[in-house]
Amino acid sequence: MTPALTSRRFSASLAGFALALSTAAVIALTTGALRVPAGDVLAALGSALRPTVPVAVDPASAHVVLFVRAPRLAMAIITGCILGASGAGLQGVFRNPLADPGLLGISSGASLGAALHIVAGGHALGGVGLPLAAFAGGLGAAALAGAFSAGAGARATGALVLAGVGVNAAAGAGVGMLAHVATDTQLRDLSFWLLGSLGGATWPRLAVAAPVAVTSTLALLRFGRPLNALALGEADAGHLGLEVRTTRALLLAVAALGVSATVAVTGPLGFVGLVVPHTARMLFGADARRVLPAAALLGALLLVLADIAARTVAAPAEIPTGIVTAAVGAPFFLVLLRAQRRPA
Amino acid sequence: MIAGGPIGEIVFALGAGDRVVGADTSCTFPEAFEKLPRVGYQRKLSAEGVLSLRPSLLLAGHESGPPEALAQIEGAGVVVARFAEALSVAAAVASVREVGAAVGRAAEATALARGMEREITSAREEIARSSSRARALFLYARGPGTVLAGGAGTAAAAMIDLAGAVNAAADIEGFRPITAESVIAARPEVIVIPERGLQSLGGAPGLFALPGIAATSAAASRRVVSLDDQLLLGFGPRLATALRALAEGIRAASPVAR
Repeated sequence: MTPALTSRRFSASLAGFALALSTAAVIALTTGALRVPAGDVLAALGSALRPTVPVAVDPASAHVVLFVRAPRLAMAIITGCILGASGAGLQGVFRNPLADPGLLGISSGASLGAALHIVAGGHALGGVGLPLAAFAGGLGAAALAGAFSAGAGARATGALVLAGVGVNAAAGAGVGMLAHVATDTQLRDLSFWLLGSLGGATWPRLAVAAPVAVTSTLALLRFGRPLNALALGEADAGHLGLEVRTTRALLLAVAALGVSATVAVTGPLGFVGLVVPHTARMLFGADARRVLPAAALLGALLLVLADIAARTVAAPAEIPTGIVTAAVGAPFFLVLLRAQRRPA
Repeated sequence: MIAGGPIGEIVFALGAGDRVVGADTSCTFPEAFEKLPRVGYQRKLSAEGVLSLRPSLLLAGHESGPPEALAQIEGAGVVVARFAEALSVAAAVASVREVGAAVGRAAEATALARGMEREITSAREEIARSSSRARALFLYARGPGTVLAGGAGTAAAAMIDLAGAVNAAADIEGFRPITAESVIAARPEVIVIPERGLQSLGGAPGLFALPGIAATSAAASRRVVSLDDQLLLGFGPRLATALRALAEGIRAASPVAR
């Protein structure tokens, strides 16, 4: 077990992460396939704050900064935060290191919603149709998993994991069936969506997804104490005065809501929700009051960095962000795991 | 900037190839495209990637997307000219005129369109004289596990019809995965398959070893016509060439002509 850090050192570490995130954000805004000088980036951002003042920036550059890079950056941050925080919350509430937002069926439910829209929905509702369908699918799958595990009493946690497995399998079958009947172009659209990308981030979509995701993240951060109590076991947590069932239901609902909102826009971004909380625990110990904010910040940092890579590695083409998160994150995690096992 | 192979072919045929700054990966003909920067696959364009090449005009074929990226590109001041899918001779000729208008080569486009019409008319007259009316099955393949048949409403069906053959898969709609049993039920006398698809199956021996295909009369007499993907399905400036080659291929492969 990692020795607990003093709270001052923890605060300093969090500040360090926040600084790293800010630096990554600056890099995200100033790098990309299109070469935009840092001064022009600043001028473009300034022009957005004061639209009446004319600026001497090339309109294409200004557009790229304000309507391509900035919404992607914002989406990367809120998505990383909710994935990290909900992963930490779910691992705590299940007391299972393999728990992540995918376990509840959120990702596969969202995928089913997206597949339905792509294959059977035509272009219903224009640009928001697909995210709405995915959002509904994600929430629906989580609700289904919750409903099937309700009333399992003391075994509720285990029952929910199993219900999640069941919902995942059912949703997977649905996606497979739709992929089978899809036309060639629908199939390609679907497979690109399933790889996960931040390329679909636009301000109108953010306006819908961000309030839900940010509120959910902030709500999850308040679960530190209850999660610490739950870590002692459900019975002991109950003796400490915790409403175990209410807490668990509330956390699941908040995580499902927030993750569904972002998955709807990005598609499934594997790895972040599973491994970021582990990384946070390796760095800061088991105290959920620390793990939750650290996981949120680390998740955001990982996604921002991954998206910079996704946008630039193959420029002027780009690779799906979901591939990068897994390709970069997995080795990092394995190295960290090894470093921790090594006797100090 | 071009997204969509057939559109790119038209731009070069109009002599405007020197003004192209980039293209998507579906632009494979003419070979000049190999020297141009690639912005990824046409259905998954990156707005910033496209903008980084500083185009003033994006010629977007019917498959270009996603819509968000096209909107972002348009928002940055690039003119986005969208083109519908051409599935008939008239539409193919119309696309040439539309692309010509978009790139400011209207006169060249008119000349090219007239030439196309003339050649296609003579090709179709030849075809009408010697039509085999063979039952042809179009297969789109990406490896033995992914074999789709070209049903009604596809470029493949339109080409088979224009080449004077009968589409054996006319009772299905669009490109659909086809089962071994339905291949046999379609009773194809000849298989039409794009070159890349045939390669993905391991050539003709791989094709004729596929479940279902193996039991057809096309396999029994090893009749297959394979043409370049874009030549066969692009409905571009080489349409007359494609029709002649397809009709000739089907005829040469049919037992009547042997």
